Amino acid sequence: MLTIRNLSVNYGAIRALTGVSLQVQRREIIALIGANGAGKTTVLNTISGIVPATGGTIIFEDRDITRIPPHKIAAAGIAHVPEGRKVFPRMTVIENLEMGAYIRRDKEGIKASFQEVFQRFPRLSERKNQPAATLSGGEQQMLAMGRALMAKPQLVLMDEPSMGLAPLLVETIFEIIKEINQSGTTILLVEQNAHMALSIAHRAYVLEIGEIVLNGNAAELADNPEVRKAYLGE
Amino acid sequence: MGNFLQNVVNQIDPYVMQILVNIGIGIILALGLNVITGLAGQLSLGHAAFMSIGAFTGAILTIKLGMPFGVNLLCSGFMAALFSVLIGFPTLRLSGDYLAIATLGFAEILKVVFLNLDITNRALGLSVPPPYSSIPLPVYVLISVVLAVTALALMQESRFGRALKAIREDEIAAEAMGVNATRYKIQAFAIGSFYAGVGGCLYAHFIAYINPSDFGFLKSIDILNMVVLGGLGSIPGVILGASLLTTAPEFLGFMKQYRMLVYGIILIILMLFRPNGLLGGVSFKEMVLKIFRKRTQPSRA
Repeated sequence: MLTIRNLSVNYGAIRALTGVSLQVQRREIIALIGANGAGKTTVLNTISGIVPATGGTIIFEDRDITRIPPHKIAAAGIAHVPEGRKVFPRMTVIENLEMGAYIRRDKEGIKASFQEVFQRFPRLSERKNQPAATLSGGEQQMLAMGRALMAKPQLVLMDEPSMGLAPLLVETIFEIIKEINQSGTTILLVEQNAHMALSIAHRAYVLEIGEIVLNGNAAELADNPEVRKAYLGE
Repeated sequence: MGNFLQNVVNQIDPYVMQILVNIGIGIILALGLNVITGLAGQLSLGHAAFMSIGAFTGAILTIKLGMPFGVNLLCSGFMAALFSVLIGFPTLRLSGDYLAIATLGFAEILKVVFLNLDITNRALGLSVPPPYSSIPLPVYVLISVVLAVTALALMQESRFGRALKAIREDEIAAEAMGVNATRYKIQAFAIGSFYAGVGGCLYAHFIAYINPSDFGFLKSIDILNMVVLGGLGSIPGVILGASLLTTAPEFLGFMKQYRMLVYGIILIILMLFRPNGLLGGVSFKEMVLKIFRKRTQPSRA
């Protein structure tokens, strides 16, 4: 469904990504793991058009989206849960979710999506009229995920959903990601918490200083001695 | 109808009427800037320039063509909107404070242009004849205010208004939701400038004399103060701000000093929140917006 070939990205004179290639198949959870500054977020930002690619191609559903502006990529069916959640702080939970459904025009369908999101995240329902800024970090993460789901996307890009959350909450969030995937949504997940990411992913890629150095089945990667040493703290 | 309205207007004390009309024009100007700065989060420092485009367009259309005033108001608004698109197109594609810088420069250039054109009567300025209409001017002001408030209230609750707020909150996240941020920012800027143009046209015909120097930087800051003082993004707030800042000098004989005092206090408050100062590598737009964001800082869990 998503094919990235030989993607390169420069920030000015600094090279952030070099020849990154990866593939996401329908209904998969793909994890992209790596250390700080490896370029994980850059990969997601380039897919959603926020950062321009210097070279290479990004194909989504047989369509070249490499040089398409972000709002059109959203309309094509890719939702982004950005690093640091980026909820709209002074807008209410409801308004945030409405923004998630921005590309949709089917009123009935949007209503149904509200139901689904509130069912999956009961906490959001309790706080639906509060400004997003007043939510806790975990609730904001749920809001960012709910907002992405409101678009009824085919592919969700998730950037560090575990960031700054208590371990117990991280497990809940990953449980929810798994559920979202099981209900038919494809997920490309970027994580520093390699342990959690590999536990729910089907396949994974390891990014090191802008290059893919390893890829394969998530369970096999979790057993790989190099990965264990570098990312799983053994 | 016209006679009846004229009689009603004549019932009101001329001094009170003058203040009311000034408040009305202030509200229209401030509501326009509120679309740009309060809703879309873009800082325009040249709102008075768009007001001057409306003022001179309106004056010239009345003088040269004797255009009916209702049509004239619309033309003045559209002329201001047209120029805003020309300024907005290159600058609003970028995020940041480019609009502030561009509008600041544009206002200065425009002033010099008006001071050197024959049609605007150079530095002498234009005497504006009464508008071509049987309906008295204060009624036009009232109608314009009502329409301006209604349109803005509807806009705020619309899909478009929500998208503007999202851009103000986080432009990148808004784009990731499918909002074409560049287009919407330009549209917001054009709508706000349309308001300024209408306000300028009303002002020109009410004051009956306009000079390019009336629409300088201080006038722009005046309008910005109305919006910021009242509350960015809030219609009642903007109406309150415009009313207060328009009437305050009337109640105080020593108007000039008083206004400088208000500017001083506002600047001091801003500096308290931004101790780095204007030249401390800080974003001016953020500085204006920060006070209002302060109360709703994201909580860390």
